[in-house]
Amino acid sequence: MLCQKCNQREANVHITKIINGVKTELHLCDECARESNEANISIPITFGMPMSFQNILEGFMEMMGGIPHQLIEEISCPMCHMTFENFKQTGRFGCGNCYSAFNDNILPLMKRIHGNIQHTGKVPKRSGGILKVKRDIEKLKNELKMAVANEEYEKAARLRDEIKHLEERLNNKQDKE
Amino acid sequence: MSFFSKSNDSGIVLTSRIRFARNIDGMPFPQVLSDSASKKVIDDVYSALLNSSFSEAKNLKLINLKDMDRLNMMAMVERHVISRDIIENFQRAAIILDNDEKISIMLNEEDHIRLQVMYKGLMLKEAFEDANKIDDAIEENITYAFDAKFGYLTSCPTNVGTGMRASVMLHLPALTFTKNINNILNTVSQVGMTIRGLYGEGSNALGNIYQVSNQVALGFSEEEIINSLIAVINKIVDQEEKAREIMAQKRSIALEDDVYRSLGLLKFARSLDTNECLPLISQVRLGDEMGIIKEVDIKKLNELITLIQPATLQLLDKRELEPKDRDVVRARMVREYLK
Ligand SMILES: [Zn+2]
Ligand SMILES: [Zn+2]
Repeated sequence: MLCQKCNQREANVHITKIINGVKTELHLCDECARESNEANISIPITFGMPMSFQNILEGFMEMMGGIPHQLIEEISCPMCHMTFENFKQTGRFGCGNCYSAFNDNILPLMKRIHGNIQHTGKVPKRSGGILKVKRDIEKLKNELKMAVANEEYEKAARLRDEIKHLEERLNNKQDKE
Repeated sequence: MSFFSKSNDSGIVLTSRIRFARNIDGMPFPQVLSDSASKKVIDDVYSALLNSSFSEAKNLKLINLKDMDRLNMMAMVERHVISRDIIENFQRAAIILDNDEKISIMLNEEDHIRLQVMYKGLMLKEAFEDANKIDDAIEENITYAFDAKFGYLTSCPTNVGTGMRASVMLHLPALTFTKNINNILNTVSQVGMTIRGLYGEGSNALGNIYQVSNQVALGFSEEEIINSLIAVINKIVDQEEKAREIMAQKRSIALEDDVYRSLGLLKFARSLDTNECLPLISQVRLGDEMGIIKEVDIKKLNELITLIQPATLQLLDKRELEPKDRDVVRARMVREYLK
């Protein structure tokens, strides 16, 4: 791909801008990128943040720096209009939707804070109904495997019924929602 | 055989707390929320509780922080009923409380809802069950911000997932004196927990009171987090008891002297600041729990830890006081309390 500015050299700096959910991409060569403000990736060091969190964030920024030629700027949440830059400064999200708006960019941070990125705890009945049923099915399927392995056929039959029952419920739920 | 009683009533564990962070779906978080929307959060959560199946909801009262004076707010912070942070947003924030302050629900702190249940002693499971019940009750009428991958969505990325912070307050004088506390600090952080001094600055834990809590909230279930925290606490309590046993075996006159000197200061001093007072209470408490002295009630010593705090002290004295005058009142109050 050729640089969009000079149309001469190979573009190896790719800038993704996401403003209010609309994604625009800019592909530049090293030289044009250096001249351009678009590629200004100076990272502000922020104060007043809890120490441990700031450490995590700094480490996170290092990791971001390690991704070659992938610059992220001006991503913002379409719901609350908070920018990713703003999040980096305050360490706080503006609304629940920020998580999906910044998803790709916060995964390394989440991994660093928690060591995991998949919630396995409580699920609210209201917004988690389908998920809860799915997880129950998964659990029962594991139990079924164990039961079969241990030759507990009565238990296995009961588990099969339960799974069938839950799968029916899941189908009904998904049709409704 | 040791001559002090076992972990649950040894006085090593002061309190257990469970806190859930929750937010309302489709609504910006409190820091960026308008006055009217903030008020709506307060009204919605309170009425959600009142109209829920939670039978004790009628005993809960709603207090808007802007209707409270600063001293009362600060005293609540000292009793661990509310956080220091909520005071910064006091004009838009509220709390829902039960009579004995076991349940406290902060509204518009960092998250829309910060539900806390606090018990004396090592009672994490009981606190969790209560919190869970109240959480379910609120959810009967409110849709939480929740994501299948990230769990309960919170303002700060450190809380996301379960949104749960389980914490236990511990009195660890023997581990501190024998300098074993640093080993504990290292070990605890390796299993996803943190430990910090509750009073005082930096690593200096004034009065030898520490708080241990889970650091990780995503990727583990609430039960897993609580069970591993309980395991960690039991281990620490065990170590503290061992350290005390060694101290007891030595039966050194130095320890006995320290305990009695501390008691003497508490009983006779005419001016005491918090920084001097907390270590003295800790020393007397240790002496009491180790059977060195018998004349002081442990419950009174526990209460003193809160009573000597600046805002609580001024409330008890029914007036605002300059720091110097506070020290005089504090000394007088401690004297009378230990009579
Ligand atoms: Zn170019
Ligand atoms: Zn947002």
